[in-house]
Order: sequence, then C-alpha cells, then structure tokens
Amino acid sequence: MVDRSKVRVVIAKPGLDGHDRGAKVVARALKEAGYEVIYTGIRQTPEQIVETVIQEDAAVLGISILSGAHMVLIPKILKLLEEKGLKLGEDVAVFAGGIIPPDDAEELKKMGVFEVFGPGTPLKTVIEAVDGAVKNLKGFRA
Amino acid sequence: MSDEVKGLIDVALKGDKKAIARLITLVENDEETAREVVRRIYPLTGKAYVVGITGPPGSGKSTLLDKLVKLAREEGHKVGVIAVDPTSPFTGGALLGDRLRMQRHSTDPGVFIRSMATRGSLGGLAKATNDAIKVLDASGYDLIFVETVGVGQIEVDIVKTADTVVFVTVPGLGDEVQAIKAGLMEVADIFAINKADREGVEMVYLELKMTLEFERDKWKELGWEPPIVETIAFTLRGVRPLWEAIKRHREHMESSGRLRERRAFRAREEVKTIIASSIARKVEERLASGEAGELIDEVVEGRLDPYSASQIVMEKLKEDLWR
Ligand code: B12
Ligand SMILES: Nc1nc2c(ncn2[C@@H]2O[C@H](COP(=O)(O)OP(=O)(O)OP(=O)(O)O)[C@@H](O)[C@H]2O)c(=O)[nH]1
Ligand SMILES: [Mg+2]
Repeated sequence: MVDRSKVRVVIAKPGLDGHDRGAKVVARALKEAGYEVIYTGIRQTPEQIVETVIQEDAAVLGISILSGAHMVLIPKILKLLEEKGLKLGEDVAVFAGGIIPPDDAEELKKMGVFEVFGPGTPLKTVIEAVDGAVKNLKGFRA
Repeated sequence: MSDEVKGLIDVALKGDKKAIARLITLVENDEETAREVVRRIYPLTGKAYVVGITGPPGSGKSTLLDKLVKLAREEGHKVGVIAVDPTSPFTGGALLGDRLRMQRHSTDPGVFIRSMATRGSLGGLAKATNDAIKVLDASGYDLIFVETVGVGQIEVDIVKTADTVVFVTVPGLGDEVQAIKAGLMEVADIFAINKADREGVEMVYLELKMTLEFERDKWKELGWEPPIVETIAFTLRGVRPLWEAIKRHREHMESSGRLRERRAFRAREEVKTIIASSIARKVEERLASGEAGELIDEVVEGRLDPYSASQIVMEKLKEDLWR
C-alpha cells in the first residue's frame, strides 16, 4: 500500500463560497488517515489553487464547493492544471465535493475529476477513494 | 544520479517552480537522493539570508510572515518560505495550516511557499528543512523565511538553521516569559510581542526587558541587544519596525563577523547530524544481522554482559563504516 504520509493533499475552496465545514472535515479526516494535508482556506482563485498544488507538489487536489459555481470554477482549475503540465490522473488526482447535482458531477468526471462527493458521504468512503486514486498516479504506482 | 534528477536540477536552477517543488519532495522523501541533490547544488548555495520565526502556537507567526513577505517583496527580494507544522505521532498525517495565512502571495512569481511536516523530528523543524532551504537558495531565492512549529519554548533547531531568529510571543500567556528564559539570549535575536491590540502588552514587555537585563554583559559583548517590537499582525502596525529590526540585525551579523561564526556553527552541526544519522543506520543494520541476534541471545541468557556485546558489535561496525 502507498505510504500515505508521503502523499501531499491540497484541500481548496474556490470562489466566494464561505461554507468551509465540509472542507475542514475532509481535511481533518485525511490527516487522521495519515495523509499530509494542506488547507488553503476560503476565497481562493483558480490561479492560487493551481499554484498551491505546484509549490506543495501535491498528488491530490480536493475542491470543496457549495455555492453552485462549480461548473465555472472547477473546469477553470482543470484547464489551468493541464496548462501547467500537470496531467489529470497521472500527476495529480482531482476530487470535488459539496453541493453538486448528479448531472454536473457526471460532466465533471468526464472532464477528468476522479470522483464527486455530496452531503452525507461517510469519511471512510472519501479516504478509500483517495487511496484508490493515489495508487494509480505516476509517482506512486507499484 | 539518475538522469531524471539531473534534468530536474537543471530546470529548477532556471527557476521553474514545478521542478523546485519536486526537488524539495525528493530531498524530503529519500535520503540517498537528498545526498546527490545537495552535492550537486551546494556550490550555488550560501547566497540566501535565512530568517527564522518561532514562538508559541497561535501567536501569529504565519500572519506576521504574510506581512513580512509583502515588505520584503516591495524591496525586491525573491522570497522563499518554509512553514513547518507537526506530524501526528499517532497517524503519521499532518494538517499544514500556515500557508493559508499567506495565500495572497501564492501567485507572485517572486515568492515560493512550501509547507512541511515534521515527520518525527522534535526540534521544531523537519529533518529536510535545511536541504529544502538549499534548494530554494540555489534556485535564486535570496531571502528565506522559516516558520517553526508552534512551540512553548524556544526550540534550538532554528538556530542551527536561521541567520536571524525572531521570537513571537503574545500577551496573556502567563508564565510564558518564564518558560523562554532558559537560553533566551542564545536563541532569539529579536522579540515580537504580537496581538498588541490585546490587554497585557506592557506586562510582557517589562518582563522581557527585565529578562534581557540579566544577560546585559552578554549582549554588550556581542554588540547586539535584542530589540522588542510590538506588533498587530492584522493591521501591519509594528510590522514595518519589525522588518527594520530584521534588516538591522542582518547588518550587524554581516559587519561584526557573527554571521560567519553562526554559519560555521551551523555547518558543524549539520555535519555532526549527518554523521550521527549514518552511524545510527549502520548500527541498526548490524543489529539486524543474525550474528548480532546470537549476541543478544547471550545477553538475555546472562552469558554475556551488554558492554562486552557492544564492544564486539563495534569492532564489526568499523568495517561497515569504512566500506
Ligand atoms: C451550515 C450551512 C451554512 C453556514 C455555513 C457555516 C460554515 N462556516 O461552513 C452558514 C449559515 C454561514 C451558511 C450561509 C449561507 N448558505 Co448555507 N448551508 C449550510 C448547510 C445547512 C450545511 C452545510 C454544511 O456545513 N454541511 C456539513 C458538511 C460536513 O457537509 P458538506 O459540506 O456537504 O461536506 C460533505 C460532502 O459534501 C463532502 N465534501 C465536501 N467538500 C468536499 C471536498 C472534497 C475534496 C471531498 C472529497 C468531499 C467533500 O464530504 C463532506 C462529508 O460528508 C447547507 C445545506 C446542506 N444540507 O448542505 C446550506 C447551503 C449549502 N447553503 C446555502 C446558501 C444559499 C447559503 C447562503 C448563500 C445564504 C443562505 N440562504 O443562507 C449563505 C452563504 C454563505 C457564504 N459566505 O458562502 C445553499 C446553497 C445552495 C446552492 N449551492 O445551490 C444550501 C445548499 C442550503 C439550501 N438548500 O439552499 N450556510
Ligand atoms: N487579535 C489579534 N489576533 C491576531 C494577530 N495576529 C494574528 N492573530 C490571529 O491569531 C490566530 C493565529 O494566527 P497564526 O498566524 O495562524 O499563528 P501561528 O503562530 O502561525 O500559529 P501556528 O502556526 O498554529 O503555531 C489567527 O486567528 C490570527 O488571525 C494580532 O495581532 N491580533
Ligand atoms: Mg503558523
């Protein structure tokens, strides 16, 4: 199994959305599971988030968004990541969570988001999904 | 060294942030690679000035740092930040929260911020902090801030790392000053009393002042009396005087020859640490061998005393060390 303490995870909150409970809960859960987690805080621009992923050399980016602006902000982040030469699912695994309707979730997954989680998702499910994504990344494949 | 690492170094030295970040990960994760990387970049290091920020948890180190980075940028420095937070001893995980106070600098091309977990180190920094500094130094960051984990007392590791050490305290901690008295002069070059918007600033100020008085002879001899600066990190109040104090201390260190002294001390400590950890590793390897297992059995059964057993192992270690 992957040594979680060598996997760096950025949890980010893009846009003007101030709902930060979910992001903090997920960040803490991943820490408790043994990951190294960097939390960006709220009100982040896509540029700030992508720069954070780069400077922190994160393998996982988790985006938490409850404001409804996910179809604008998430694609923008994905595009910036690729522009910076970070391949989705190869160099970095992207997750999203919050209030995201199923149709949008499907669309986002098609764009390269690994998994989308809504309210009430057990934290165990989140951790397992991150484990699953990490072991297929370039730097962590057996 | 693998071609991949070589290539990475070349790109990092040109200032590519992705490559710099990757190199820091490598020196953090793998001792062998760290050795190779440092060997290669070392000639390019030594140009950066390193400022350490330490102090109790929540005293405002990161918030102050955010402001200091701003002032340093205005004066044209290329700024690196390494912010250390603790690794949980139970899970091995870490929640690195310093960065969130400095996020506005994330997109500034002249700033590189890296969060780092202690991963079992106890002195307030991570084992790889010094190597990460070297990577930033070689990549052209000429001013590097290092934030230690929040510590109740001054941790000595920061002196082995920083050219100037700022200790951030706050009013209302009660016996805080008492706790930092030991080794006060050795470690802190500047004191910041942050959250000066709160009650009790004069108390902390007077206590610090009195504590410093005890060491009067020492600071006279050194030619530097640690200034005490009151700050409100929120509002920038006092932050400019703090920045000026840092610059004055740097001048003092450079003109008095103390910078050279401190760096010599640091180099010695670094060499010592590397030797100690390689020996510790060899010892572990030796003790894991079947031969050592038999010796240990003899100790358990009372046929051999531990001193004689270690003597025998140490004889063998000689070979390991020179191999
Ligand atoms: C609490 C709450 C607030 C609190 C927020 C406190 C805080 N600091 O977070 C307050 C009262 C401040 C608030 C304000 C507002 N809110 Co509000 N709020 C909620 C509420 C009731 C619960 C959110 C919550 O904290 N859940 C608990 C956490 C733990 O769950 P979670 O965030 O969903 O996270 C879980 C999963 O989604 C997932 N997850 C989340 N993020 C991530 C990230 C990753 C990487 C992963 C893997 C998983 C993951 O895992 C978590 C664990 O299961 C929701 C309704 C709801 N049931 O969701 C509305 C809701 C989100 N709010 C809403 C609105 C409209 C607002 C306001 C605009 C105005 C208003 N009408 O109240 C303001 C805006 C505030 C702002 N600045 O953005 C709407 C949003 C509508 C939309 N998106 O279309 C909701 C859905 C209510 C509704 N039905 O209308 N709100
Ligand atoms: N009242 C007041 N609060 C402040 C001041 N400076 C910082 N804070 C607040 O103090 C809290 C801790 O600030 P940080 O900058 O995270 O402190 P820190 O020393 O880096 O914390 P750790 O890294 O966790 O040890 C935050 O909520 C800040 O907003 C100040 O001058 N006055
Ligand atoms: Mg901090």
